[in-house]
Amino acid sequence: MTQTIRKIVPAAAIAAALLSAAPAANAQSSWGKQADDKSFAAMLQSGFQNAGTVTTDRLKQDETQAFCSNPAKANSKAGAKKAAEVEKASLATVKYPADGKFLGDWKNGEKVAQSGRGLTWTDSATQANGGNCYNCHQIDTKEISYGTIGPSLHNYGKLKGNTEQTQRETWAKIFNSKSNNACSNMPRFGHMGILKEQDMKDIMALLLDPNSPVNK
Amino acid sequence: MGARIPSALVVAALCSVASFGVVAQEKDDAAKGIEAYREALKDGNPAELFEMSGEELWRKPAGPKNVSLEKCDLGLGAGKVEGAYAQLPRYFKDTNKVQDLESRLLTCMSTLQGVDTAEYVKARFNTAKKNDLVALTAYISGASNGKKVKVSTKHPMEKQAFELGKRMFFYQAGPHDFSCATCHGEDGRRIRLQDLPNITKHEGALAGWTTWPAYRVSSGQMWSMQWRINDCFRQQRFPEPVYASDLTVALSMFMAANANGATIQTPGIKR
Repeated sequence: MTQTIRKIVPAAAIAAALLSAAPAANAQSSWGKQADDKSFAAMLQSGFQNAGTVTTDRLKQDETQAFCSNPAKANSKAGAKKAAEVEKASLATVKYPADGKFLGDWKNGEKVAQSGRGLTWTDSATQANGGNCYNCHQIDTKEISYGTIGPSLHNYGKLKGNTEQTQRETWAKIFNSKSNNACSNMPRFGHMGILKEQDMKDIMALLLDPNSPVNK
Repeated sequence: MGARIPSALVVAALCSVASFGVVAQEKDDAAKGIEAYREALKDGNPAELFEMSGEELWRKPAGPKNVSLEKCDLGLGAGKVEGAYAQLPRYFKDTNKVQDLESRLLTCMSTLQGVDTAEYVKARFNTAKKNDLVALTAYISGASNGKKVKVSTKHPMEKQAFELGKRMFFYQAGPHDFSCATCHGEDGRRIRLQDLPNITKHEGALAGWTTWPAYRVSSGQMWSMQWRINDCFRQQRFPEPVYASDLTVALSMFMAANANGATIQTPGIKR
């Protein structure tokens, strides 16, 4: 995780960007002039504290997060061009499995999909991270407690086919969800180091393995 | 706490919906079962116990100065509790700040009672000091039950709090890229079976704002809005918000102003 997190823009650069670019940023910003970058940065600084294993370093945004934090701007005409850039850059971050095998064990994939644990300030550093999948998606229909922030993934493999292209696209979506939708609500599980390669393979199997209950 | 909901009742409510064959049917019945369960609880909201202890804390002399909070000005004049919560957050001249109920209570504890409120800010939720504050919010918010939300954004600092709260609402960060808007920015969404109000709209903002503080059946705890916001950020994988900070007040201002005109139903009761 620390390795990928380091890609995030250093604090000093952010502060400098916020301060020096303030007039230009405000000209296009949809934020009120009282929510200018300087006031906002001051509020963030006084408003958060370290807790458990979580430090205020997490408040630093990377470019994608900064872009998606202003929906009015992101959804504008100028935003569409930038969104395409974000998607291209995100796709370039995707690391495909070294052994070329995309599908792991769907049974373990179900466990990872069920778990919402990890990376909160009440989780221990050794807590295995879950995929939080059922929080937002219907997957195996036996689980009736599923969320609706994302689309249903029931019959995912049946509908998409278990082809190499589907495997590569699905892997890219899980590894870096912003690769085909700049401001997707879905976390970037590989890029941000949330899930290990094997966890992602197991989730792939849950979605694509013909024997997975998702495709029964 | 004699008012804890018997766990057998919860199990019964949940099991009764789990025996149907068709999945869509199960889903609807699960939601209906939970709804019916919430309805049943409205007859006797355990939050009333917190209101009573909150009123006691309000009236009891305490702190180094051994005085009560009864002279506290919550925005409608010293000692006026009825309807005060419906008009918070607001700008206060004496502190030259926009304050929500909980930050204002800290001010009164400090100025009237001589209490060192830093200890109350630092205390974990569900420990004695925070529980006292939560009980006070139960009592004070209860005295606005039935009133209309009437929050001003006229003062420049109120306007600023609203704008900063709005910007914060959309601010993505952390390993999961979550912002408040990830869950609360669209209509008709759920996490698992939990409905998520769209706080960017009046209807969603009122569903959230007017029903906290609330008694949470799942944990048997009374939660204030500060506690609610704290746990949202925890699940967002953010660092911890500072209790009663300008940041938390700004978010409350964004929610409350979006809910203007709605009827306060506090203290509420939740899953």
